[in-house]
Formats: sequence, C-alpha cells, structure tokens
Amino acid sequence: MKDMNTPICSLRDVSVTFGRGKNRFTAVRNVSFDIMRGETFGLVGESGSGKTTIGRAIIRINPTSSGEIFFKGEKISGNISRELDRMVTQQIQMIFQDPMASLNERAKVDYIVAEGLMNIKKDLSKAQRQELVAKALTDVGLLPEFASRFPHEFSGGQRQRIGVARSLIMDPEFVIADEPISALDVSIRAQVLNLLSVLQKERHLTYLFISHDLSVMRFICDRIAVIHKGQIVELAQGEQLFQHALHPYTRALLSAVPQPDPRREKAKVLDVYDPNVHDYSVHAPTWTEIVPGHFVLANEPELEEYKTRLQKESAQG
Amino acid sequence: MENNRILSINDLHVKFSLRGQVLHALRGISLDVLKGESLAIVGESGSGKSVFVKNLNGLLDNNGWIDEGTIMYYGLPEEPEGINLAQFKTEKDWLRVRGNHIAMVMQDPMTSLNPLKTIGSQLCEALNLHQGLSGALAQAKAVELLRDVGIREPQVRIRQYPHQFSGGMRQRVVIAMAMACSPRVLICDEPTTALDVTIQAQILDLIKDLKQKHHLTTIYITHDLGVVANVADRIAVMYSGDIVEIGTCEEVFYNPQHPYTWALLSSLPQLGKKDEDLFAIAGTPPNLFFKVRGDAFAPRNPYALAIDFLHRPPYFEVSPTHKARTWLLDPRAPKVEPPPAIKAIGNLKPGGEQV
Repeated sequence: MKDMNTPICSLRDVSVTFGRGKNRFTAVRNVSFDIMRGETFGLVGESGSGKTTIGRAIIRINPTSSGEIFFKGEKISGNISRELDRMVTQQIQMIFQDPMASLNERAKVDYIVAEGLMNIKKDLSKAQRQELVAKALTDVGLLPEFASRFPHEFSGGQRQRIGVARSLIMDPEFVIADEPISALDVSIRAQVLNLLSVLQKERHLTYLFISHDLSVMRFICDRIAVIHKGQIVELAQGEQLFQHALHPYTRALLSAVPQPDPRREKAKVLDVYDPNVHDYSVHAPTWTEIVPGHFVLANEPELEEYKTRLQKESAQG
Repeated sequence: MENNRILSINDLHVKFSLRGQVLHALRGISLDVLKGESLAIVGESGSGKSVFVKNLNGLLDNNGWIDEGTIMYYGLPEEPEGINLAQFKTEKDWLRVRGNHIAMVMQDPMTSLNPLKTIGSQLCEALNLHQGLSGALAQAKAVELLRDVGIREPQVRIRQYPHQFSGGMRQRVVIAMAMACSPRVLICDEPTTALDVTIQAQILDLIKDLKQKHHLTTIYITHDLGVVANVADRIAVMYSGDIVEIGTCEEVFYNPQHPYTWALLSSLPQLGKKDEDLFAIAGTPPNLFFKVRGDAFAPRNPYALAIDFLHRPPYFEVSPTHKARTWLLDPRAPKVEPPPAIKAIGNLKPGGEQV
C-alpha cells in the first residue's frame, strides 16, 4: 500500500551540530527530504557521513540545531508537548545495527521485547503483555518459548529478529532500520531482509533504511538518498540511481560495490571520490530536481553537464 | 605442482573440548596452498574457517587440539623437506614461523591494536622482537612500513594513538604490522567485514598491491563471496568443518557444483530481484558435538538425494583444478540444474541486478 503522494515524515533544512564554541561540529547540514507513506527510503553513505544522526534526529535522540521535522503533518522537532512525544515514541521505532550490543545481556527476551509496552501502555496486565510478546516473537519467526531465554543463547540472526520484535510490539507506522544487516552473515542477511519486506507488506510499514552498502539498497529500497559529509548529494528512484548516477560521489560508491563476477571484477577500475573536482568558488551548488524525482546537488555548469549526460544515456537506451 | 606448494595440509582433524563434550570442528581437511597464489576460504560463521587458519599460526585456543593430520610448511630455508606445523608444541617452536613466515591480519582493527600505546611503539615492538632492530633504525623502518600501506605523513602518524585513526586507516596499520617481518604467507581473517564498502575496496586493493610487490602468498577468509571475486585466484568453500568445493575463482563463480555454493551465491543481494524474496538458506548448520552422518549440508539442501543422508560424498573431480564433495556429481545421480540466479552471473549490471 504505497502512497507516493502523502509524506509520512518530512525534513526541512535540518541541521544537527555537536559541541559548542571551538569544538562545534556540524554532522548534518541543511537536509531536506520527504519519506512517503508505505515506501522504503534508503539513506546511504560512509561512516561519519551523518546518516545515523539523521535517523536519531527523527526519533528525537539527537536534538536538531535548526530546521524542522514533521511526522504526519505535525512538527516533532524542538520543544513539543508530552502527548506528542509519547505518540512519536510509539509510532516511530528503531532497529539497531549490532544485535550483540543492542540487547541487554542481563535481561530475558521477555523483558527486552516488552520494555516499550511497560513505558507507553501502562494499563496492560501482565498476562496481556505476555500475550503480545508471544505474538511479536511468532511474527518475526521465533518461538514464544524463547521469551524466557537470555540474548546470549541466540545466534546473530535470531538476535536481530528479537530487535525487530521489540520494535514491532509497539505497533509502529514508521521504522528506522539503522544498518540492520551489516553485522550479519550473508546467508542470515537474506533471512532478515526477507522478514523486513514481509512485515512491511503485512503491516503497511514505512521504512527508513540506513546502510553503507548500495547492493542491499537496490534490493529493498524504493528511493535512495546519498549522503556525504552531512549533505545529501543525490536522491532518486532506486533504478534511476543505479542506471544514471550523476554525482561523482554516487558513482564512486557504485563502483565500490563488489560484484560476484570475477572477470568483470578483476578488470574493474575503482572510482575514488575527490571533493576537489567541484569548483564551487564562482557558482554555489543548489539542490535541483534535474528530471522528475531525481535530485542532485550541483551548480550551474555541472547541471548542464549532467543534463547532457542524461540525454546521451537515455538515447543509448 | 609438488615444488610449487608452500603449505600442504593433509587430512586435518581438529577437536575442542567444551563443557565436557568433544566438538569436532574440522573434519578432515586436505588442501595445498601454492606459492604466490591468493586463496580464499569462504563459509558461514561457524563453518570452521577461522579455526582452520589459526592452526597455521599456533593460535588455537587452549581447549582445542589437532587430533589427526599434518600441516607441512615448505618455506623454511633450513628445512627443504618441509616442517610439520601440526607437531609444534611450544611457543618457541611457533616463533620460528609465526610473524616472520606466516603473519595474520585480524578482523576487527579496533580490537587488534593496543589503545594505550602509540602506533609507532607497537610497530617497533614487532620489529624489535623479530628483527632485532631498535631505536632510530626501528623508527625509520616503521615509517617506511606505514608509507608502504598508504598512510600519509607517516612521521606524524607514528606518534599517534589508535583512536586518532579511522577504521580503514587502523586496518592499514594492522596490515603494516603484519608486513613488518616480511612474511611469506599473509592470512587475512575477514579483513574488511568491519569496514565500509568504499574503504573495503581500497583495503583489498592495498593487499593486492602488497602481494605483487613482496611476492606474498595470501589466504583470505570471508563469508561474502562478492568480496573475493576481485582478489582470489582459487576459492575453497567450507561448510561445517569440511571443504565442500574447491576450484579456481572462475570455476567456482561460473560453474559451481555443490548445492551449498549455489546457496551462498544466490543469497547475495546483488543477485536478487526487486519485489521478489531473496534466497535464504533454511535451517541452521549442524551441531558438531554430534557425529555428522552423510553430507553435513543435506538437511538444509533442497537438492539432497537419499544417499546424502547416509554416506559422506567423496570428492568428484570436475576439472584438474576443480572438485566438489557432492553426490550430485556421481554418474548415477539425476541431472540437476543449478538455480537460475547462478546462471545470471556474468551478465550483471553495475551495482547488481540481472539483465
């Protein structure tokens, strides 16, 4: 149930800074995008590019220093009322990267999964809670008996499923998945990816999928935004981005994706991105929609170059 | 071929004792590593690939032992007939080969460096121990090593601590440390798993360059077949303590024979199609506390034959360099076509997806 016209979450000129005075560091700079209801929105970049910070800013872990974030039309950044804060906590959930580190080792699965309920839905009885936990565990392909075990008794893939169960029990509409599969084995990765897409279909979830690996993105995301040093440099539909990447940084990322094809891979020349290729001394770059749905950060001369390249590529078919 | 080997492992069995039980981690591995080649060992976590290379370096945990088999190393000039590493008992024995003949790069650069010491002093320690260099000489050599692995301004960086380096740079330092004693064999245990895709490509390039420059033999360990297409000459696929398929890089990618290799390849997201489920291997690897009967992969294998559950398959030769342990290659077995995703390898678009 994708609705590409209603945004569920919008960011407008959001910046996040850490530290103050001399140590002030801008992790995210003037980021704007809309995440539509029911889609999977990918955010890709290297470590340190600020992709996780954006995710954390949306669920109000990191305060924004300027700009606004809207969730279902309501402003959720800055000072908001208590009820709204609870609504955000319930409806936006997060899945973390490392299933070894993100689960409380001393708590049983039962408590880990139910912790959110205890804070938000206080009027539930113990039996009701246990029922919900059992249901959440079954939904992610685990057995309800697992509720009485500790995290160390599970394999990496199972732990990540616990992480998914803990976010789903809140019945969210919007899930931020922060590198949910980077710490997993290739074969387990496939299981977790499939689980996420099944759950999306069943529950009409919207995902913000954060990762550094474009090969996974292509498979799961509808639209992809590429972020570099806190700025989004390109945003397009998945296929469009893979076929007609414009920004040199996106092209460098694409060239780094390892291919399971030795002949081609051994002949490959690695594209390394050098920010000095941009000459922004005369023309400052702007965020421009170059063809419908395809945005790129570029200045006037670059835009001309990109346009001719796009025309040439589409002529080639 | 005989004179070309640098390592020759024959019928290696390794066991661990855990909570009073015996775990059979490696179940008869035979493998020749050739001089100057780059070999990749691929498998899921728990398949025993790390245990296998730890044997080559004497780093097996205390509760593990080599039950059977030999590991011959032919790189020592004073032992032209080769020396059996499996019979090494003491640390003193191991110091003959560890570091200056066989060196290792560990997975996580965060944990393999000492956070309390500068990069320089950690590098000099290795140089001092193995080559007897000290003071200014060691410093100079350390600077040279850092420059060799592509770290800019090594004179400044050498006085810095690990936390002042990024993940990729840290991995470069670890590689410099492994290269400090000019080893002949470099083992890279998941060298890029903790790194970003862009940095991963750079580190793999670096290892390839070093291999060329110093005539190294490299052994990569990874769970990601996508990574090894670029770097490997030969690939060995491991499953629950056994090599199930081995062949040249092109043979394993373009003409894989074992159903487990098919499964590993088809679970790569690069080969998936959007809006379709990605192939996932059902079930879990077998419990090695119990004796494995037949083919260890049979319970998870959709192509399993009745005999797979009874008898362990022998190696069937596909070509002189390519063999696989699966009954499917027996002349009496029914003809089975590999899954369609496998055939698509070779015509992938950039970034993945089949044409």
